[in-house]
Amino acid sequence: MPEATLTKPMKIEKPRSQWRDVWIQFRKHKGAMVGMTVLTLLVLFVVIGPMVWHPPQMTTTQMLLSKNKPPSWTFPLGTDHLGRDFLTRLMMGGRVSIAVGFVAMMISLFVGTTIGTLAGFFPRLDGPLMRLTDLFLALPLLPLLLVLMMLFRDTLARAFGVEMGTFLLIVMAIGVTSWMQSARVVRGEVLALKEREFVLAARSIGTPSRRLILRHVLPNVISPVMVAATLNIADAIITESVLSFLGLGFPPDFPTWGRLLFDGLPYLQQFPERALWPGALMSLAVLSVN
Amino acid sequence: MYDGKPRKGQEPQPLVEVRGLKMYFPITSGLFRRKVGDVKAVDGLTFDILEGETLGLVGESGCGKSTAGRAILRLYDPTEGEVVIGGKDVAHAEGDALRRLRPAMQMVFQDPQASLNPRMTVADIIGEPLLEHTKMTSDERTARIYELMDAVGLNRVFANRYPHAFSGGQRQRIGIARALALNPKFIVCDEPIAALDVSIQAQVVNLLEELQDRLGLTYLFISHDLSMVRHIADRVAVMYLGRIVELADRDALFEQPLHPYTEALLSAIPEADPDEANRRTRILLKGDVPSPAHPPKGCNFCTRCPKVMDVCRNVKPDLFEVRPRHFVACHLYPPS
Repeated sequence: MPEATLTKPMKIEKPRSQWRDVWIQFRKHKGAMVGMTVLTLLVLFVVIGPMVWHPPQMTTTQMLLSKNKPPSWTFPLGTDHLGRDFLTRLMMGGRVSIAVGFVAMMISLFVGTTIGTLAGFFPRLDGPLMRLTDLFLALPLLPLLLVLMMLFRDTLARAFGVEMGTFLLIVMAIGVTSWMQSARVVRGEVLALKEREFVLAARSIGTPSRRLILRHVLPNVISPVMVAATLNIADAIITESVLSFLGLGFPPDFPTWGRLLFDGLPYLQQFPERALWPGALMSLAVLSVN
Repeated sequence: MYDGKPRKGQEPQPLVEVRGLKMYFPITSGLFRRKVGDVKAVDGLTFDILEGETLGLVGESGCGKSTAGRAILRLYDPTEGEVVIGGKDVAHAEGDALRRLRPAMQMVFQDPQASLNPRMTVADIIGEPLLEHTKMTSDERTARIYELMDAVGLNRVFANRYPHAFSGGQRQRIGIARALALNPKFIVCDEPIAALDVSIQAQVVNLLEELQDRLGLTYLFISHDLSMVRHIADRVAVMYLGRIVELADRDALFEQPLHPYTEALLSAIPEADPDEANRRTRILLKGDVPSPAHPPKGCNFCTRCPKVMDVCRNVKPDLFEVRPRHFVACHLYPPS
């Protein structure tokens, strides 16, 4: 009976959310799935790893005796020049490096997107904000970071403890000095989007600027922002290792991939795997995020 | 509630009154962005749109049609002039007061591709005005969205799709549904059919007419397609370089155009009958439209007018009613 089916009130179906559609698309993309698997494995490795793998407890004498050991059943990746288990250090270092990368990326993304959107959307703010961006771009990054470290390290260390304080400082410093690229990208996108008719249509409906930005502008700048973000993660991890190398990052006994890499450098001739492992993991992390 | 078009004999009230509307865009140059002049996109429009009627606004590209439509809806801040819609001043309302006026006036855009947010589903797009202006629960809103989709002839199954999955005509239907969501009285149709195939154009125009009959809508129909305007409009205003040169009932205008520009414009409509086409003479205008930044001193059309007189070069003609309900701005027809 065709009439019966026509007159039957249709079940009101709730519209799907955008994120579910994104997820479905993501599932179909092979490269994305591979990257995600690798990243998940890495995160599991550094988060769960130290809980599962317990290196043998040793006294100082034992440690000194067992330094620079090749891989064995007791030390799967060997030991370093102070007799510490390399696998454990790799896992603990990964925690810090990945955390620094993500948090710094979040901060720079947040600052960059906010400033870029405001500059693009409100012509009055455009001039001042973009000059501010130029100012930050013109600052030499490394000396600035060094000065920041010198000035604030002790204060923060007192307030949050040495490790947490340094972590906060590094993350903030990297975040605050790397948002300029994304701000510029976002501003350009917003300027173009603002003139599109659907933004005009939303304005004719009477949507206030705040919701206009959140609903119409931001969802459409997400893809370039994501590209900038993934590049930022890599940058943040590398910058952190540079700082560690200069002795101004985390304390020397606190492992990060960057620190491990530079610790391994003097022994490159005898034990190339010590520089190779953290380097490989670093590249893998950056690659899988991209 | 609306009760359709006003009956004949009953005097319809003007819904939209536009008085001396001017929209200038500043030209700046140099290091300090000093203002050196204005682009006079819309230069003193005055007209009424009666309740339930369709006013066609025609003119060539760049004559300020779309700018006029947008300025009337306060998508731009007009430089000068008054716009009153349904007894409320639109041109000078600010902030929240303006926001409350928005539901009564809506717009259908030219490019259905660009006027729909590619990241929103059809349901979100049509539901946005409801979200902004009503306190409906999500179920009520969904019901209203489906009602609107039925009204414009869209299948309910499409509610969760994104605009890229639709054809041009369907996208325009989505745009119309969005414009209808808040029960507006007045809709500006900014060349709603210019970007569509000819076969789809008819569908969309018929849909607009049907909705007008059912909901008692008032349209400002902006177009450069004269035959389409002849089909849908009750009255027609012809614009040239930011000014109205002629405003009359549709039949009067198409039968007996008074202004030389209107004559030239109408002679460009293709004629289906070859004998008729041979008998007609096309009036070909020479030269280009002057820049709206430097319009001529006298009549805007004096540089290209085949019937130009001395007075045309010096004095701007005003719009006068030379016959009942037939307004012309031309020195050939002195105000009587």
